[in-house]
Amino acid sequence: MNTQSNAVPVEAQKIAPANLPETRLLYWSVRRELWENRSIYLAPLAASAVFLFGFLIGAFRLPSKMRAALALAPEAQRHAIVMPYDFAAGLMMATAMIVGVFYCLDALHGERRDRSILFWKSLPVSDVTTVLSKASIPLVILPLLTIVITVATQFIMLLLSSAILMGNGMSVATYWTQLSLFQISLGLIYHLVTVHVLGHAPFYGWMLLVSAWARRAAFLWAFLPLLAISVVEKIAFNSSYFAAMLGHQLSGGEEAVPMPGRMPIEPGMQFTPGHFLISPNLWIGLAVTAAFLFAAMRLRRNREPI
Amino acid sequence: MACIEARGLHKTFGATVALDGIDLRVEEGRILGLIGPNGAGKTTALNAILGLTPYQGELRVLGRDPWTERDQLMRDACFISDVAVLPRWIKVSQALDYVAGIHPRFDRAKAEGFLAKTTISSASKVRQLSKGMVVQLHLALVMAIDARLLVLDEPTLGLDILYRKQFYDSLLNDYYDRSRTIVVTTHQVEEIQNVLTDVMFINRGRIVFNCSMEDFESRYLEVTVNPEQVAAARALKPMHERPALGRSVLLFDSVGRQQLAALGDVRTPSIADLFVAVLGDTSGNPAHETRGGVQ
Repeated sequence: MNTQSNAVPVEAQKIAPANLPETRLLYWSVRRELWENRSIYLAPLAASAVFLFGFLIGAFRLPSKMRAALALAPEAQRHAIVMPYDFAAGLMMATAMIVGVFYCLDALHGERRDRSILFWKSLPVSDVTTVLSKASIPLVILPLLTIVITVATQFIMLLLSSAILMGNGMSVATYWTQLSLFQISLGLIYHLVTVHVLGHAPFYGWMLLVSAWARRAAFLWAFLPLLAISVVEKIAFNSSYFAAMLGHQLSGGEEAVPMPGRMPIEPGMQFTPGHFLISPNLWIGLAVTAAFLFAAMRLRRNREPI
Repeated sequence: MACIEARGLHKTFGATVALDGIDLRVEEGRILGLIGPNGAGKTTALNAILGLTPYQGELRVLGRDPWTERDQLMRDACFISDVAVLPRWIKVSQALDYVAGIHPRFDRAKAEGFLAKTTISSASKVRQLSKGMVVQLHLALVMAIDARLLVLDEPTLGLDILYRKQFYDSLLNDYYDRSRTIVVTTHQVEEIQNVLTDVMFINRGRIVFNCSMEDFESRYLEVTVNPEQVAAARALKPMHERPALGRSVLLFDSVGRQQLAALGDVRTPSIADLFVAVLGDTSGNPAHETRGGVQ
């Protein structure tokens, strides 16, 4: 190798724009969020552990409950068997929502409060990447964790129940035929995506925006204006369109499956992704989310430590 | 190419003028000390240079517009703005992982080498470290980044003298290599006098003095004279005069060393002395404003 060919790479190394793929920056930014906010996975795990503990104690009454259920009509029988599974899913989703709310309100506020924003901004990660990584926690990471932890919890419930029923010399046939974990999981995923991700996205976007904007009391700034608008509307026009709109967005409306466990119980209820996808609420909600996130990115660029 | 180039840099906060038309040119390889009283606009100027605050006027840092291209700029620039900015929850190992994950010019082995010289353990969280150790950690992270511009805003604030000395020693010995540019602000001016290649005074949002350290040493002399020689010394038009233990200390610009040696003890003034001479009586319009060499 002659000297010239040696010299070129050294020079090139110095001048070449060192670009890392955006996905890598996003990956490390999300990992960073999980390091800082361990409640994102610890809270659902703890909720699951608490639930399983309660379920285990209750499971000793399962044989007598099962005997009573056998006397019921198939529809009611299924309801009795599926209910605890539904409850587990509901608990996981409620936990994830609480974690999501507190996470979002602190996400862009905490880094200004402890001045660490000056450290993060000294690194080559854009405000766009940072805000997207923070938005991905309630919109991607928490739903994924909810699915995994709920399915695992329900699987443990099924094993525990089967073991106790067999230990009491009872057949698990009815229990298993009435309970389709696969179907429940499918219902759960559909419900999570339609209601908790797409439906709640504007709320998470709003909370991220408030956390980027507020100097203090992000929680109050996030909730009081919504309440104030509802109250003013009620007093001034004696109507409650705004509150109804919020409620509709929170519950997912008729297009979404209300609760995952109800899906197999009510045969008339079908997945209607077609209806869901053409509902204007969905697209208006997503546009509003995008606007909120865009504003949060601009604010993060402008705002200084508190 | 100049590392930092500003023309007519202007910034107001409401009615307060923080930067009042700053013209600035910092060549690569310089170590510039930005000195000024509290509220002079130092931090605002640095924030503009780092893309942390919007401004009016022209500003290019390493050929980029810092306000719109902060993330790209930070591949080649780095800053320590204050001792307390490392997040308190992060573990030392996580800080290394993260910077290694997102920074294309970070050399992890180098950072670990710097940390090995300290008592910081990689399992500790920042909240468990003393203030001095946090600065050591931050410096280890920053020095392992192959950056072309390093900005330090009061990097040693609140540290004891040992850590302060160590900080500038490692910066000079392990980091500075004449191709990098360093801009530093501090109130502990004496500690960086021997570190700097250039010094700039800023007051009320304006640059009031700008000089390379070579010029500084050849131009400015301070002479301590006995009362009977004060009149003769004053005839040479000192920039500034202050009493010291019954004698007088007079500061001169561009007066021959031999001429002054006849009057008393001659020495190179400290930056702090010159700072007081330029700004002390001032506030308005010191006669010596920006007569220093423009680099």
